[in-house]
Amino acid sequence: MSIESPPGAISDPATWVEQHGDALFRYALMKMRDTSQAEDMVQETFLAALKARNKFAGQSSEKTWLIGILKHKIIDHFRKHKREQTSDDIETLTEQLDQQFNQSGHWNVSLSRWQNPDQAHENEAFWKTFSSCIAHLPDHLADLFILREIKGLTTEEICKLLDISTTNNMWVMLSRARMRLRSCLDSRWFNHDNQEVR
Amino acid sequence: MLSCKEVGELLSQGLDRKLSFREQLGLKIHLVVCKTCNCYEKQLQFVARSARNLMRPNKPGQGIPPLSDEAETRINSNIKQQLDEEQQIKPE
Repeated sequence: MSIESPPGAISDPATWVEQHGDALFRYALMKMRDTSQAEDMVQETFLAALKARNKFAGQSSEKTWLIGILKHKIIDHFRKHKREQTSDDIETLTEQLDQQFNQSGHWNVSLSRWQNPDQAHENEAFWKTFSSCIAHLPDHLADLFILREIKGLTTEEICKLLDISTTNNMWVMLSRARMRLRSCLDSRWFNHDNQEVR
Repeated sequence: MLSCKEVGELLSQGLDRKLSFREQLGLKIHLVVCKTCNCYEKQLQFVARSARNLMRPNKPGQGIPPLSDEAETRINSNIKQQLDEEQQIKPE
């Protein structure tokens, strides 16, 4: 039995937290980097959605609609608190990534193998490093990379949420994000003492 | 033959869409001879696996924890309170 409602209809608000709470919280935590602030954002999102639920047009799934509200709340929050941007801009990133290849498209850098990478998943510090690498991506790429992993969001909905014009653009952006994260993990995790957290 | 840069792009897109037969063949030929791209492929797959485990961990202690029970209860009771207030303003 599924409590997910069909597209176009809004489900019982009493089931929202159970259905969407974890996905919204994880997205919020990745952006806010603070548990209680992320929880507040999730709560504000649900309460705002409650007020606006009659206006839900059903053009997207309920989850996408909620994430859209959350995304705006987070942007407002940062605007109000004028938090400094720590993320790189996309031009700088593209330049950096291109420097990994020479004129004819061959690797300029040598890659060294990672020993038993999956063991890192058992280490809490790894997740801190990985999150921090994601947070340093240009905002758009970070959002895309995170939203891509939320179950129940279609490619089309993600493109719409992030104003990405074509799925082809989305694939290219994802490729840049992964390439950057690979080199971030390489320098900050696998070729380090594994203790660095930030 | 595909360049390493093109291979890198295709390896990533292979995680998001089904590659054409031509693309798959191009990748295969390149990967037979290119050690660096082989290494890149494995590391890229690890990044993708990590993303999945970050947002949808299947074991406690991995990735981002879910909303805590306390937060869940608190948010649910606030939702309920707002619903009750709604009822009081415009009783059916």
